[in-house]
Amino acid sequence: MSSAQGSRDIAPGFANPPHESQQVFRCVLEAFAHPGRIVRVADTLEAPGGLCRATAAFLLTLADRDTPLWLAPEFDIPEIRDFVRFHAGAPIVGGRAEAVFAVLGHDQPLLFDDFAIGTDAYPDRSATLVIEVPALGAGPAHLWRGPGIDGHASVAMTGPDDGFWRDWTANNGLFPCGVDVVFAAGSHLLALPRGITVEG
Amino acid sequence: MPDVSIQDEAYNYAYLDEQTKRMIRRAILKAVAVPGYQVPFGGREMPLPYGWGTGGIQVTAAIIGRDDTLKVIDQGADDTTNAVSIRRFFAKVADVATTTRTEDATIIQTRHRVPETPLSEGQILVFQVPIPEPLRMLEPRETETRTLHALSEYGVMQVSLYESIARHGRIAKTYNYPVLVNGRYIMSPSPIPKFDNPKLDRNPALQLYGAGREKRIYAVPPYTPVKSLDFDDHPFEIETWKESCSLCGSSESFLDEMIVDDSGKRLFLCSDTDWCQDRQEKQRVDAAK
Amino acid sequence: MYVAVKGGETAIAHSLDLVADKRRGDRGIAEVSLDQIDQQLGLAVDRVMTEGSCYDRALAALAIKQARGDLIEAIFLLRAYRTTLPRFGDSEPLDTSRMVAERRISSTFKDVPGGQVLGPTYDYTHRLLDFSLAAAGERPAAPTAPADMAPSLPRVGDILEREGMLEPPPDAGGPAHDLTRQPLVMPAARPVRLQNLARGDEGFLLALGYSTQRGYGNNHPFVGEIRFGSVPVSFVPEELGFAIEIAEIDVTECDMVNQFAGSQDVPPQFTRGYGLAFGHAERKAMAMALVDRALRAEELSEAVASPAQDEEFVLAHSDNVEASGFVQHLKLPHYVDFQSELVVVRALRAEVEARNPDAALSQAAE
Repeated sequence: MSSAQGSRDIAPGFANPPHESQQVFRCVLEAFAHPGRIVRVADTLEAPGGLCRATAAFLLTLADRDTPLWLAPEFDIPEIRDFVRFHAGAPIVGGRAEAVFAVLGHDQPLLFDDFAIGTDAYPDRSATLVIEVPALGAGPAHLWRGPGIDGHASVAMTGPDDGFWRDWTANNGLFPCGVDVVFAAGSHLLALPRGITVEG
Repeated sequence: MPDVSIQDEAYNYAYLDEQTKRMIRRAILKAVAVPGYQVPFGGREMPLPYGWGTGGIQVTAAIIGRDDTLKVIDQGADDTTNAVSIRRFFAKVADVATTTRTEDATIIQTRHRVPETPLSEGQILVFQVPIPEPLRMLEPRETETRTLHALSEYGVMQVSLYESIARHGRIAKTYNYPVLVNGRYIMSPSPIPKFDNPKLDRNPALQLYGAGREKRIYAVPPYTPVKSLDFDDHPFEIETWKESCSLCGSSESFLDEMIVDDSGKRLFLCSDTDWCQDRQEKQRVDAAK
Repeated sequence: MYVAVKGGETAIAHSLDLVADKRRGDRGIAEVSLDQIDQQLGLAVDRVMTEGSCYDRALAALAIKQARGDLIEAIFLLRAYRTTLPRFGDSEPLDTSRMVAERRISSTFKDVPGGQVLGPTYDYTHRLLDFSLAAAGERPAAPTAPADMAPSLPRVGDILEREGMLEPPPDAGGPAHDLTRQPLVMPAARPVRLQNLARGDEGFLLALGYSTQRGYGNNHPFVGEIRFGSVPVSFVPEELGFAIEIAEIDVTECDMVNQFAGSQDVPPQFTRGYGLAFGHAERKAMAMALVDRALRAEELSEAVASPAQDEEFVLAHSDNVEASGFVQHLKLPHYVDFQSELVVVRALRAEVEARNPDAALSQAAE
């Protein structure tokens, strides 16, 4: 974990934004197209304030002044706020309902509550939640089914508990509305779009 | 007046500015998350005319990188003028390798065809879409069609297909044949011949659809069920030919018909030029053995 | 044998050379300069700037030259360039009451404060070809009016509005929606409609506006005021926090005063239709104002029965760059789809012929 040397120090962003963000985006696209598949992004990025690299890379690639961002309390610290505002220009908002993107830990209660889920006419007007977890590819596994998965996929991660997966089932039941989730750990991430059914 | 080479350097990588790319990338992720749903996006004016592939070009520009290998086809062929023009555009603005070989491409931008060679995981097929709304010719109002999609109220499409059966004894729709994606959204597959519809079903490649003038992006993720609409007593079927390709002898590919003399003599050739050349090449090698 | 699908690259290269050559025309004739286009074909420049959504006379002149005078092609060139430019923010709303007007007329009052200023207009020219223009030779400069000490003129609409006779203009609060960055969503708010109309094809709007005068959605319009002149553009840089003037631009504004609305509780009041165009473009501004008012039918509890009142119809088809592209894309090869149609039409014909051989024979004989 990096520590801020002074309140005005801002961790550097991408050295070559057009190309690095393109590479990160293709990894994220692969993750969304193949839910449950672990992709590795941005090995060299220096992430601020305990944010994991994958989360930082995701925000630098997709967030900007058109995408209000909500930060869970443990991420709502000056190093992260400055990083996001300086490199992405994303407004940081206090209300979940306004957020296009959000960064959360896995162990907060009511993880999905109050985020935009879109409408039947415009299901795209929904939030994408980046949830940081301790590890991907290890820990309890669940069976995932849905678009992008050939049959089913067994996806393991540590962090989310049974309550989380119950909430996910409710979110999945909102389809085509609902939030999309990206799980991040270190330099890795995987995606859980709203259409994926999780069993076990 | 800046000269042409100076002007080219003034443009961004892959032509679009980074803010526009982010906006399109966000729309693509939503499209993948809700298969078959048309995501509105802030389509930009491109240096090519509307109706000539601006949607596909914007999608390609938002995803392409220096490591990609791009193939562009129009009517199945790499050499048609519009395919040449679009390929030239990306070779210039995105510094990207191009190919005509389907299996070597990481991104294939297409107008009106799906390649005959089966696609594989990791490939992205980008469709150019003129009218993304499958219900548009039945209901011209966007406010109405949006409600029909929201309610999954697709009776109007079933009625239209049934009327075709009543009139012609079969579903006479031949291209842009509507499909149901993952059991939820009716989607326009773009004006591909219905011959290509079965290739969309559970395809390992990612399908992205871009409509520039209408400002919509939609997607079909890999392995997603795509069903061509039909009735139990009138199952979906594809075009067949009595003829075979004059160059490679194929009888399983989509054939283009050419008129070769004044008396109306016909010649049939594979629409997919890469597939046809590949077969001819293999036949030459086999013959040499 | 199958030349049609081969050699595309060479064919395109030759076509580009040919069109460049055609643009230049006879090398014995002097090449037209951008300044000449700007100064002598200024109304063409105005139209390209308006529908191209980009106020830059030199770029518009370049586009006109490159497009050989095809204004829709020039509008497309300008827009495709504009879309690559970085955005610094939104200007403050123009205050047209601060306009230094070259021309200003009202058809609702015989005289208005500041007077009727005829200015440069083709309205009272006799449409006789002036053969003296075909011959070279300078014309004397027009006499100019003595310098106006109070150049800005109160708007006729503001005067009517103070009396309560005319509805106030809509509140301009909130961030501007920008159709060049966000998709058009239906139903659209009036500012979005106005942006669409301002970018819309002059001919399309003219025909629609005309249709409202012939009973397809009558507006009962009066020209409250048309003014043409220069207005300052202000911008608030984030680092300064206050507005500074960054430019002066020429605009044409049309405030159309229309049929009153009212009810038992609300006293009758005239309503507005609004048009604004870059440069001098009265036909465009007036047509825009007519269509703007027609599109307010639902808001003003009028029947929506005519094309000009139909928001989806008007907004979806007003853009000539979109329309031109899609109409002309029919030139692209469609032989795969046509082949599919051939296959099915042959099959259907065979079925009919099998059922009824006489029908096929009689059709062939016709």
